Amino acid sequence: MTPVYLDNNATTRVADEVLEAMLPYFTEFYGNPSSMHTFGGQVASQIQKARQQVASLLGAASSDEILFTSCGTESDAAAVHAALRAFPERKHLITSTVEHPAIKALFEKLGKEGFRITTIPVDDRGRLNMDLLEKSLDEDTAIVSMMWANNETGTLFPVEAIGKLCREKGILFHTDAVQAVGKIPMDLKTMPIDLLSLSGHKLHAPKGVGALYIRKGTPFTPFIVGGHQEHGRRAGTENVASIIGLGRACLLAEEKMAEENTRVRAMRDRLEKELLSRIPKCFVNGDLDARLPNTCSISFEYIEGEAILLMMNQYGICASSGSACTSGSLEPSHVLRAMGVPHTAAHGTIRFSLSIYNTEAEMDAVIEKLPPIVKRLREMSPFWSEA
Amino acid sequence: MWDYTDKVREHFLNPRNVGEVENPDGIGEVGSIACGDALKLTFRLGDDKKIAEAKFKTFGCASAIASSSALTEMIIGKTLEEAENISNENIAEFLGGLPKEKIHCSVMGQEALEKAIAYYRGEPEKVLEGEIVCHCFNVTDVDIQRAVKEKGLKTLEDVTGYLKAGGGCGNCHEEISNIIKASQGISIMEPKKPAAGLTNLQKIRKIEETLEIEIKPALMRDGGNIELVDVDGNRVLVRLQGACATCSRSRITLKDHVEARLRTLVAHDLVVEEA
Ligand SMILES: Cc1ncc(COP(=O)(O)O)c(C=O)c1O
Ligand code: FES
Repeated sequence: MTPVYLDNNATTRVADEVLEAMLPYFTEFYGNPSSMHTFGGQVASQIQKARQQVASLLGAASSDEILFTSCGTESDAAAVHAALRAFPERKHLITSTVEHPAIKALFEKLGKEGFRITTIPVDDRGRLNMDLLEKSLDEDTAIVSMMWANNETGTLFPVEAIGKLCREKGILFHTDAVQAVGKIPMDLKTMPIDLLSLSGHKLHAPKGVGALYIRKGTPFTPFIVGGHQEHGRRAGTENVASIIGLGRACLLAEEKMAEENTRVRAMRDRLEKELLSRIPKCFVNGDLDARLPNTCSISFEYIEGEAILLMMNQYGICASSGSACTSGSLEPSHVLRAMGVPHTAAHGTIRFSLSIYNTEAEMDAVIEKLPPIVKRLREMSPFWSEA
Repeated sequence: MWDYTDKVREHFLNPRNVGEVENPDGIGEVGSIACGDALKLTFRLGDDKKIAEAKFKTFGCASAIASSSALTEMIIGKTLEEAENISNENIAEFLGGLPKEKIHCSVMGQEALEKAIAYYRGEPEKVLEGEIVCHCFNVTDVDIQRAVKEKGLKTLEDVTGYLKAGGGCGNCHEEISNIIKASQGISIMEPKKPAAGLTNLQKIRKIEETLEIEIKPALMRDGGNIELVDVDGNRVLVRLQGACATCSRSRITLKDHVEARLRTLVAHDLVVEEA
């Protein structure tokens, strides 16, 4: 059974073009880019080309602003630690209540180490409370880190406005754009963003490669020291093939940006509309006016998400859930709880995340299979009849 | 990935005895929607005093549904005395085993059965023994001590898998670990306390700020509110209004949540009390 893969916010397939671009760097051009000889040295210029491809997708002013890392999580950690070292006297950090664990856990750890952490809440649509953010900025604030697009709901934060507030106060602004890069257009040279994280495997590059955008002039101290790679900003021999792949994937994303925002968005919208009309007592989570084109988070009341996933799995449909049972934790997702989604629905939340590889026929499969699954589970639920 | 046996999958996909028995002799309800799983078990006795019919309704994950289905199959045809001896391990064995973090699903089955039999016999509801340690799942120190002893649980993960305790906000982790160590005869070191040298005024300001920014907005969304009444040394007196309506223990959870936030963000030794 070929899977109907609708879990692209978890990870994506490597694009054929990307794989093809990468392959020569394993067996043919395997030299070390730091070597003096041409055989190795020529690889460095290809890394440079990949850097330009990343910069181009982001609309960065210069490819020097791109630092390759091992993943989105590393980019996040490097950004935050750089800010802390740039302003050692500042002890206050600001983030939101709906961040990915890459930021959430990092801030919790820093909180335990004595930093003052402010987590700005969101409303029931996942929109950031900008008033509170503005009030929370003070002279002690070292960095504000707010994700661009939420991985569970696709909600977009107004990063332009957030960055503006930060800039007025001289505070560094980092955005975890792991879910946004490649899905929505961006032009960093005109935006007040100092640091931005991205991850290859969310945009059809391989797993285990990422990048950090560091605006020119932003203070940065390396997180990993050793050799002089990446202009002395991150030591360690480059993950050459993956970096080449990431560059190629960025080029592909630029080419497919219009399709993502038209065809993919239309598929997502149809899926959503059909499910809402065929299934009673369900609703979409997130800010419907500012959302990624590929993400759809739906809560089905009175049933549990893992059970839905396992039944969909029977038909090869792959999605993910904000329910507790899939994560090993027993609390439903912190994102849904932060949005005040009631327990009756939070446990039964499914996230579908599409990519350019999905088809209308796959949407039809979900539209056909899911309503009876929900019905069946509800008939088993002790809360359904009472509802 | 789902680490389920074929039997779990089979019972999940084709559950036996779904529904509610009409005019039941026994009814057992455990869990709640807030906890993430719940089970309603009903049965009817035949003239031979054996369970003639048993049905379930379950809200929960695949293993919760499979455990409920298994339970009904296991008890049909048994006398209450026989059924009573079914343990959660028996349910898990019947299914060819459950992943460690899903053991509580079988525990839920056993508890529902216990309750349904008690209902038939007209026995009063069991009262909670001991002090609640995990407010998210209403689990007491006595429950944990008993489980550690009887089931040989060794780690926090074992306890969470078995009783769910510790699987929510995580505030109770230290206490659970201490109970495990104590039961194993390891003496517990007093956790290091005193906090940063804030002046009283700074402390009050920070408490106010934390309540305003961190806590109030979330509460207000749920139709609740919190008001700072006084700060007396390390005691923070607050007044809670409305409160989240998901379950009866939300007030305690809320108080603990506020306390935990204030402890992380302001000072380690703060105690929140309702004025
Ligand atoms: C918003 C967000 N940030 C960070 C990450 C972590 O990225 P990586 O898996 O590359 O470390 C993810 C991936 O799930 C994400 O969705
Ligand atoms: S998990 Fe035990 S109190 Fe929250």
